[in-house]
Amino acid sequence: MSELQIWTYIAVGLSFALYFGIAFWARAGSTSEFYVAGGGIGPIQNGMATAADWMSAASFISMAGLLAFGGYDNSAYLMGWTGGYVLMAMLLAPYLRKFGKFTVPEFIGDRYYSQTARVVGVICLIIISVTYVIGQMRGVGVTFSRFLEVSVDVGLYFGMGIVFVYAVLGGMKGITYTQIAQYVVLIMAYTVPAAFISFNLTGNPIPQLGLGSEMADGVYLLDKLDQVVTDLGFKAYTIQQGSTINLFMLTMTLMIGTAGLPHVIIRFFTVAKVSDARISAGWALIFIAALYTTAPAVGAMARLNLMNTVQTGEVGSPDGNLAFADRPDWMKTWEKTKLLEMADKNGDGKIQYYNDGGLSDATAALAKAQKDGGDVAAAQKKLDEVKAKHDEKWGKFGWNGNEITKVDRDIMVLANPEIAKLPNWVIALVAAGAIAAALSTAAGLLLAISSAISHDLIKSIIKPDISEKNELLASRIAMAFAIVIAGWMGLNPPGFAAEVVALAFGLAAATIFPVLMMGIFSKRMNTQGAVAGMIAGLLVTVIYIFWFKGWFFIKGTEMAASKPENWLFGISPEAFGTVGAMVNFAVAFAVSRVTPPPPEHIQHLVEDVRIPRGAGAATGH
Amino acid sequence: MLDKSAQAYWAANVRLLSMCLVIWFIVSFGFGILLVEPLNAIQLGGYKLGFWFAQQGSIYVFVVLIFFYAWRMGQIDRHFDVHE
Repeated sequence: MSELQIWTYIAVGLSFALYFGIAFWARAGSTSEFYVAGGGIGPIQNGMATAADWMSAASFISMAGLLAFGGYDNSAYLMGWTGGYVLMAMLLAPYLRKFGKFTVPEFIGDRYYSQTARVVGVICLIIISVTYVIGQMRGVGVTFSRFLEVSVDVGLYFGMGIVFVYAVLGGMKGITYTQIAQYVVLIMAYTVPAAFISFNLTGNPIPQLGLGSEMADGVYLLDKLDQVVTDLGFKAYTIQQGSTINLFMLTMTLMIGTAGLPHVIIRFFTVAKVSDARISAGWALIFIAALYTTAPAVGAMARLNLMNTVQTGEVGSPDGNLAFADRPDWMKTWEKTKLLEMADKNGDGKIQYYNDGGLSDATAALAKAQKDGGDVAAAQKKLDEVKAKHDEKWGKFGWNGNEITKVDRDIMVLANPEIAKLPNWVIALVAAGAIAAALSTAAGLLLAISSAISHDLIKSIIKPDISEKNELLASRIAMAFAIVIAGWMGLNPPGFAAEVVALAFGLAAATIFPVLMMGIFSKRMNTQGAVAGMIAGLLVTVIYIFWFKGWFFIKGTEMAASKPENWLFGISPEAFGTVGAMVNFAVAFAVSRVTPPPPEHIQHLVEDVRIPRGAGAATGH
Repeated sequence: MLDKSAQAYWAANVRLLSMCLVIWFIVSFGFGILLVEPLNAIQLGGYKLGFWFAQQGSIYVFVVLIFFYAWRMGQIDRHFDVHE
């Protein structure tokens, strides 16, 4: 066993011992403890648990990679995934806390005095949460397999077993306290290597400042990065390249989608008071911001380190590029996982990493046409055109296409400590952090799913006279089922997992956020308006996504290629949730004006949730 | 509590949150997206200002906004005597 493996086993083993200990200590004994942790969580603790709940494998592993290769254009993820908390703190959390029930569909059902509305809410919640949880389980499997050198499947079984123990036993109470521990592990794992890397490059150990600092040669890091990437034909890092409208709509969709995600909203049911719900959203955002303001530094510095590793000297000079034989160990390790692929296209024994203007793509298209009997002449013509342009600029160096043919964005955070040559214990810490991020979010999602099934379907519709003890049992069985299904889907991931995330955010933005907001801010909003609005928002968003991604994501059934020329007003399917939300608001408003106003007692209910006084503990009935 | 003051409480709340949401919109969608190019002409240390708002500044402002809102709402709650 290598030294790195020993460190990894120690870091991962210790963190698990901690989670199990907490799960045993914080077992849930009542439905109130299972659904809302007994309702007495302090605002800072709740903020920390919310941060761990919210920051998933996507935030921990993928986001810095997205920034590294997208630069400014992927700022939507930073602003979108944090700005949503402002909306949640001011428009939803305190009022839902005052309402004082266990689940999001429960509010929808009571406020709109309609089981239909409640069931539509449950369906949206399940689609949103299930899509998310598949990705988390997959993230757990991949991380285990890389660091413990077991297969992805074995890694996933590990993850399922661990979630099972602490989520099924502990419910919301166990999850809350393990999430606090997981937050501490994940934030250390993220910031410690970032501080080292920032210090190495700029002499400033605070990454947020390092990103804006000068390097040893007196050039600002971001200016240097812009220059290095543009010299090699890539787009500038800090300058906008994509369309403004799409960036705008994507940011908005991520913001209102975040505010409408049920597994995050239910965390605010666990605090003691309405004022705690407001301030707790602030604490959550502080803890989230610790990672989200570090990520841009991690992304930019990883990109610079990668470029400098490959391009060791002047562009085009004979010794300017790294020789294949000299490539560092981390490249070899990741080549084995097929997440990094290279090919010596011009046979000079050196690696060229540059933007070849589509030459590699055109070559691959020609090869595919020849193999599958496509239009070879057209592919050849296209290749000739691209090659002529390419050779004008790069042919004089003898270059023949980009030779790093694949860099998976997800490897950037995991490989980062190795790229920067940090000690093994830091790499082990990152492994423990990635697993904590994936597990904490998976547990939160599973709780949202199981409470929707046991509380909103079984207790409210199928068997209203169920005893508290049996409801608790039903929610545990529902959660065990959910874990098995999520694990099975993680083992056999649908090819569309990444695309479905767009659907989850679009749905949360187009259905849950508007229906909750109108329920609080409009006394006039009635059942008819809310149901019509949710259905309209849902249909518009789903049809637009399926139009470009295929009906039910089946390849070949898409009605048009997903590219800017075909999009409505240049809005991508990922960014369309905002339009869905606007349709929802408009339809709900119009329908509610031509139908009778809600009954008197509902108007009183709305007046009541607007006032903090009198908020008792959250109850199920 | 009198109906008049319940309405006044809600109006004060809506006024405060509208103001906070205007700032929320200006720092993110305004400075980070719509005005990013002119702001990028200004340097903040090694950061172009528009880029800084998009990747750092707006997040800091969001945090301050939520705490400010929670603090002001606490005052308003007590003023209208609706606090817990």
